Amino acid sequence: MNIVNFTPISAFLGGSLIGLAVIIFFVFNGRLIGISGIASNFLTSKDNRFDNFLFLVGLIIGPIVYKIFTQQEINITISNSVYLLAVAGLLVGAGTRIGGGCTSGHGISGIGRFSLRSIIATITFMIVGILTVLVKSLV
Amino acid sequence: MSKIISLVCGVIFGIGLTVSQMIDPAKVLGFLNIFGDWDPSLAFVMIGALIISSPFFHLFKNNNKPIFSEKFSYSQTKEINKKLIVGSSLFGAGWGLAGLCPGPAIASLALLNINSAIFVVTMFIGFYLVKLSEPTTQAR
Repeated sequence: MNIVNFTPISAFLGGSLIGLAVIIFFVFNGRLIGISGIASNFLTSKDNRFDNFLFLVGLIIGPIVYKIFTQQEINITISNSVYLLAVAGLLVGAGTRIGGGCTSGHGISGIGRFSLRSIIATITFMIVGILTVLVKSLV
Repeated sequence: MSKIISLVCGVIFGIGLTVSQMIDPAKVLGFLNIFGDWDPSLAFVMIGALIISSPFFHLFKNNNKPIFSEKFSYSQTKEINKKLIVGSSLFGAGWGLAGLCPGPAIASLALLNINSAIFVVTMFIGFYLVKLSEPTTQAR
């Protein structure tokens, strides 16, 4: 194991902002942020549909606001074939619905409430994610 | 008012993903690459988010009602079952393949990246397929 590209301060600051969003949403609207839940409910449920829509719009506006204020480019690297991305998208979509949450819903909102269910879910998707990356590096 | 809160929370969350660089799948894959060149940053994102949010959950959960809503509404399921493990495993596999999970995938649409768009469209198809097969499932 070599530690590379480690950015603890920006990670912690960004994480704090995410925590702030989670807690504002909870205290004011009485709901927990789980992006897979908000996105899939927007698609399939009439309850809170406009709220969910606005949250998703905000999520897309966020990086634009960052760019305007910092004048910095946001660089991302997605180095997969279209086919692999489509398979990954299906797995993430179906998996988060079957398992009832994603990195935010289980990993932050769930663990923050000390939910054992979410702790187990988070450990599970992290282990499988780590193994998937390991297998990818071997083939 | 709840509408404004929803929009604002989305914006703050999106900025958080950008500041922490979790919007970049390469950064996420670096975290999952424990056996290679490891980037532990994602753990610090979770620690930051939990330190800020967790105390408030415990302070407010006994309050009668949220400020702009009639009642707290979120999944109270405690069940640990096969669905939880199978679903989380499928999610983990997709996460490890692309380095994208739902939040960063949607936020990165802001960058007009065609690859993010392909991922988001197929993710929504995944949501829909599960909904079709289990019409009573309550998503959170």
